Amino acid sequence: MYAWITTLSAWLIPAVIAFVLLHGFIRKVPLYETFVEGAKGGFTTAVKIIPHLVGMMVAVQIFRESGALDWLLLLFRPLTQAFDIPGEILPLALLRPITGTGALAVTTDIIAAHGPDSLLGRLASTMQGSTDTTLYVIAVYFGAVGIKRSRYALKVGLLADLAGALAAIYIVSRVFG
Amino acid sequence: MVNVIWFGLIMLGIAAAAANGKIETINEAAFEGAKVGVTVSFGLISVMAFWLGMMKIAEKSGLLDRISRLFRPAVRWLFPEIPDRHPAAGYILSNLTANLFGLGNAATPMGIKAMQELKKLQPDKEQASASMCTLLALNTSGLTLVPTTIIAIRMQYDSANPVEIVGTTLFATACSTLVAIVLDKWHRRRHKRIEKR
Repeated sequence: MYAWITTLSAWLIPAVIAFVLLHGFIRKVPLYETFVEGAKGGFTTAVKIIPHLVGMMVAVQIFRESGALDWLLLLFRPLTQAFDIPGEILPLALLRPITGTGALAVTTDIIAAHGPDSLLGRLASTMQGSTDTTLYVIAVYFGAVGIKRSRYALKVGLLADLAGALAAIYIVSRVFG
Repeated sequence: MVNVIWFGLIMLGIAAAAANGKIETINEAAFEGAKVGVTVSFGLISVMAFWLGMMKIAEKSGLLDRISRLFRPAVRWLFPEIPDRHPAAGYILSNLTANLFGLGNAATPMGIKAMQELKKLQPDKEQASASMCTLLALNTSGLTLVPTTIIAIRMQYDSANPVEIVGTTLFATACSTLVAIVLDKWHRRRHKRIEKR
C-alpha cells in the first residue's frame, strides 16, 4: 500500500502540469505567453508578504529561544498528568499553530528519540498532519492582499488547531493505544 | 487579537530570557527571525511565479471555470456571498484541492489568488470579509489526504509501516476542518446580526 502512495505523490504534480497544459493547448491558449503573464504576479505578491512574515517570525523566534515555551509547558503539566497524555507531545501541540518548521523539528525529534512506531511517534506524526500553521497562513494569505483586520479568523483557526490536537490524541490512543 | 498574541509572544519571551539570565538570546532571536521571514518570502517568489503562471493558463483555457461548475453547490454553501461564475470560486477550489493532495507549495499561490479575487468583491479594503475568513479557516485546518512530509520522515527513521498514520491523520484533520467550518458559520451569523443592528 505504501508503494502506491509514494507513486501517487510523485505523479501528482507532473499530472497536474500535463493536464493544465494539454487543456490549454486544445483550447488554443498561447501557453508560454500566458504563463509569463500569470507568473509576473509572483514577485510583487511575495514582496507584500515580507513585513507580515518578518513580524510573525521575530515573535515566534523570540518566544522559542528565550525559554518562554518551557514556562508555558510547566503551566500545562497538571492537565497532561490528569488526562494521562504524554508530556512530550505538549511542545508540539503548542507550537503547531505557531510555526510549521518548529513543529516539524519537534516531531522529528520525538520520532528520532522514541521511534516512529511508538505511541508517542505515531501521536506526533498524526498531530503534525492534523492542521496547518495558523499564524503563518494568516500572515501570508491576509498579508498578500493587504488585509489589516482579520476579525474572527485567528480565533477560528486556533480553535480548529486545538480540535485537531485533541482529535489526534483521541484517535491515536483508540487505534494504537 | 493578533495584536495581543504578538505582544504576548514577544513580552513573554523577553521576560523568560531575563529570568533565565540569557538576555542575549533575544538579540539573536529577533534578527534570526527577521532573516527567516525574508528568506521564506523570497523562497515564495519562485513557487508563486510557477503556479501563478500555470493557473493563468488554466484560467484562460476555461479549466478553472469547469472545475468550479462541478463543485458549485459546495462552494455556494460555504461561500454564499460569491456570485455564481465569479473567478474566486475556481481559485478557491484549486487551493482546496491542492491542499487535499498535500501540494502545499501549489496551494499557497492559488489561495492568494483567491484572496485577491475575494478582495475585489468587497468595499472595505482592509478588513477580512466573511468569505476570506472562511477560506482561511479551511486552509489552516489543513484537510489533507496524503501527509507527504511526515511519511517521508517516518521512512527516514525506518518505520515498519510509514503510512499507518494516514488514517489517524485523516480523522484528526477532518475533525479540525469540521470545527473550523462550524465555528466559521457561527461567527458569520453573529456578525450578520451585529451588522443588522
